Amino acid sequence: MSACTGCADRTPPPTNLGKATLRVFRYRPGGLVNGWHDTFEVPYGTNTSVIDALQWIKEHLDPTLAFRASCRMGICGSCGLMIEGRPRLACETFVRTLGSQATIEPLANFAVERDLVVDKQPFLDALRSVRPWVVGDDGTRAAEPGQPAEPAQSVEPGRQTPPQLMKYQDFAQCINCLLCYAACPQAGFERGFLGPAATATAMRYNRDSRDHGAGKRLEVLDTDEGIWPCTFVGACSQVCPKGVDPAAAIQMAKLIAAGRWAKDMVSHG
Amino acid sequence: MKASSLPQARVDVLIVGGGGAGLRAALEIAEARPHLSVGLVSKVYPMRSHTVAAEGGAAGVRSPDDSFAAHFADTVAGGDWLCDQSVVEHFVERAPAELALLERWGCPWSRRSDGEVDIRRFGGMSRARTWFAADKTGFHLLHTLFQRSLRYPQIRRFDEHFLLDLLTDSGAVVGALAYDHREGLPLHLSAGAVILATGGAARVFAQNTNATIVTGEGMSMAMRAGATLRDLEFVQYHPTGLPGSGILISEAARGEGGVLLNSAGHRYLADYGLGPITEPGHPLAKHMELGPRDRLSQAFWHEQQAGRTIATPDGDVVHLDLRHLGRARLRQRLPLICELARSYVGIDPLKAPIPVAPSAHYTMGGVRTDLTTSTGVPGLYAAGEVASSGLHGANRLGSNSLAELLVFGREAGRQAALHAEAVGSPTTATTAATAAQADHLAAHYLGMRGAGSEPAAEIRRELGRTMADHLGIFRDEAGLQHAVDKLAELKRRYAAVRVTDTCPVYNTEWAEAIELGGMLDLAQVMAAGALARRESRGAHQRLDHPERDDHGFLRHTLATTGPDGPRLGYEDVTITTSAPAARTYGAPA
Repeated sequence: MSACTGCADRTPPPTNLGKATLRVFRYRPGGLVNGWHDTFEVPYGTNTSVIDALQWIKEHLDPTLAFRASCRMGICGSCGLMIEGRPRLACETFVRTLGSQATIEPLANFAVERDLVVDKQPFLDALRSVRPWVVGDDGTRAAEPGQPAEPAQSVEPGRQTPPQLMKYQDFAQCINCLLCYAACPQAGFERGFLGPAATATAMRYNRDSRDHGAGKRLEVLDTDEGIWPCTFVGACSQVCPKGVDPAAAIQMAKLIAAGRWAKDMVSHG
Repeated sequence: MKASSLPQARVDVLIVGGGGAGLRAALEIAEARPHLSVGLVSKVYPMRSHTVAAEGGAAGVRSPDDSFAAHFADTVAGGDWLCDQSVVEHFVERAPAELALLERWGCPWSRRSDGEVDIRRFGGMSRARTWFAADKTGFHLLHTLFQRSLRYPQIRRFDEHFLLDLLTDSGAVVGALAYDHREGLPLHLSAGAVILATGGAARVFAQNTNATIVTGEGMSMAMRAGATLRDLEFVQYHPTGLPGSGILISEAARGEGGVLLNSAGHRYLADYGLGPITEPGHPLAKHMELGPRDRLSQAFWHEQQAGRTIATPDGDVVHLDLRHLGRARLRQRLPLICELARSYVGIDPLKAPIPVAPSAHYTMGGVRTDLTTSTGVPGLYAAGEVASSGLHGANRLGSNSLAELLVFGREAGRQAALHAEAVGSPTTATTAATAAQADHLAAHYLGMRGAGSEPAAEIRRELGRTMADHLGIFRDEAGLQHAVDKLAELKRRYAAVRVTDTCPVYNTEWAEAIELGGMLDLAQVMAAGALARRESRGAHQRLDHPERDDHGFLRHTLATTGPDGPRLGYEDVTITTSAPAARTYGAPA
């Protein structure tokens, strides 16, 4: 009598392709070792994602395995991992596409908290520093953090033409999965480097016709830690699962910063 | 009295849940009452919240040929007259301004060529009034709100903090006990008011469209704190989820002109009172594929019974055909749908139809709230899917819930701020009593680790199957009674649930076990309410009571905690201007 036509917890999966071997990184905080790999045999089918496989391990082999996941559909950004050495979204990566012994590890360039869970706080700090909000006429009177604001009781939506929307639309697709930081050769070494996703978000607002905060954001971007550590390897854009192209954002920011220097030279020189 | 041994923090307003409703509440307080401190607790990072997965859009009257009266009428009929009409009036009047405010805040709404915000058609809506950002509306809405929240230092975030329980004193909510996954420590949060914005509970069903985090603990913890749950038996099956995973294929696909086909390639919705057949790519309001979700999911069930669905390894499906929309329209209006179809079922919607099946999607019921978002428990407010605001009745119309997050999230922020200002700082006696309660609860929950014998995964699997098998699109007395008995058995087993992991940090086995306990409580309320409701209305369809019974059941189901499971009661529906009538979709017969 049910119309449920399947079951999210399928054991074994309906289209059984056999068993895969996953080598999974493990780490416990405060332990005496720096981490190790456990090997698990996992049944898989056509639609078994790496997240499905990790969940299967947790339910059948080792309930202590810790990892992040939520939406299962590539939009929440929780489940970025190093899969066979490449940063990928585990929910969009299918076991059938992996080698016979695939290694699953936490995202590179972040401190590991436990097993596959890393510390993402440095990104949140970088994100806040670029003022990721519309600066200007945004329906409130407040301009600066901490100042009183009065929400407008009723506002009319403003206009923005499709070409104006297209100027920033790609940069607005960032899901904060941080694969770009794991791919970046600078992110692991430069303390305070804003990095690809935060810069892309800064440029998303800079290029939005409703925003007037580009000048303030440039003060953050145009510093030794801001955009300049980027050596334009472009790995960030290659691994982005949403086509954001943060490398292009960083180059745009560099051009604007360089333009400001040139202007300063002329006016002060 | 001895102070709590737990780490403590004090905020004026504590918000539980960092999705659309929670963030909107936080922004309201930060902007209108900047002297107040806000604590924002999320068991994930706020931008991971399930609002992110909403696709199609948010409803608000916009075009000159539309009116609040029309939005009201569509919502009330869509809800099969179980909506509280004063709430619907309040909502439709405020939704457009909230959506406009989001525009000012940077939400990348899709635009017409003249730059005006565009709107699209949606199921059960008589006019186009759904604002959208391609088919990632929830994603953009959530990131717009989250990023804006970063400008206010008085919003103190508690990311990856799992809420264990609410803390009460003399019947009022005065804080909560949270657990910091990263530090591996419980945290006693005290607050002048608490807002629940924890989302729905559709994860209790085996096949669902929801993120794994949508486990309903706000509802179960509100019930434990003395709040009333309402209408929990009304669970929406979205007609178009991907087979097996249940991943959502937005109603926008039909709003843009997609059509549903059975195994014979026939537009079967015409056989269920939704016709006449419309031209593919030219959807007509309230006809065929733009009927309400409950009707479409029921039609699927009938086709399945008649053997006219298509068998796949992941269960029976019908076909959602978008091929006629063409490459440009698909790319511009439905990019996520195309990505999802390619990734998860290997289909290019330009070349082949997408296999789809109904999947549990949304809990119309929740914590009973009034127009002020108050739960009736002093100091406790609720907004968004966790709440039963009275807006959705027996069946929610698509795109009403994103707008609801904003309208009622804001209201919750306003009301909780007023309450927090009125109660001021807690007295010493309150603090001591609450600390003892927090210590006691912390000992209980921490004691679950390294104990028990019953595997949680097995209980969770049986729960999902039970709900899908017996509380699905159609229900009957025998099945519901079976579900009630089975859930009681699962609950007994859960009392000895096993948690192997004793590590204090990121102990997700433990957190999932706690979530499971709340899910069982909610499943019991759903089953008890469905068994007692001997009629068919909206998303609650009884094969043994196929007619709507306004004499007996034009009432909300109420549930509170009883000694042996939920205790049921009823209350009248608020009717202002729209007397119950027949729901009409398609052309009049």
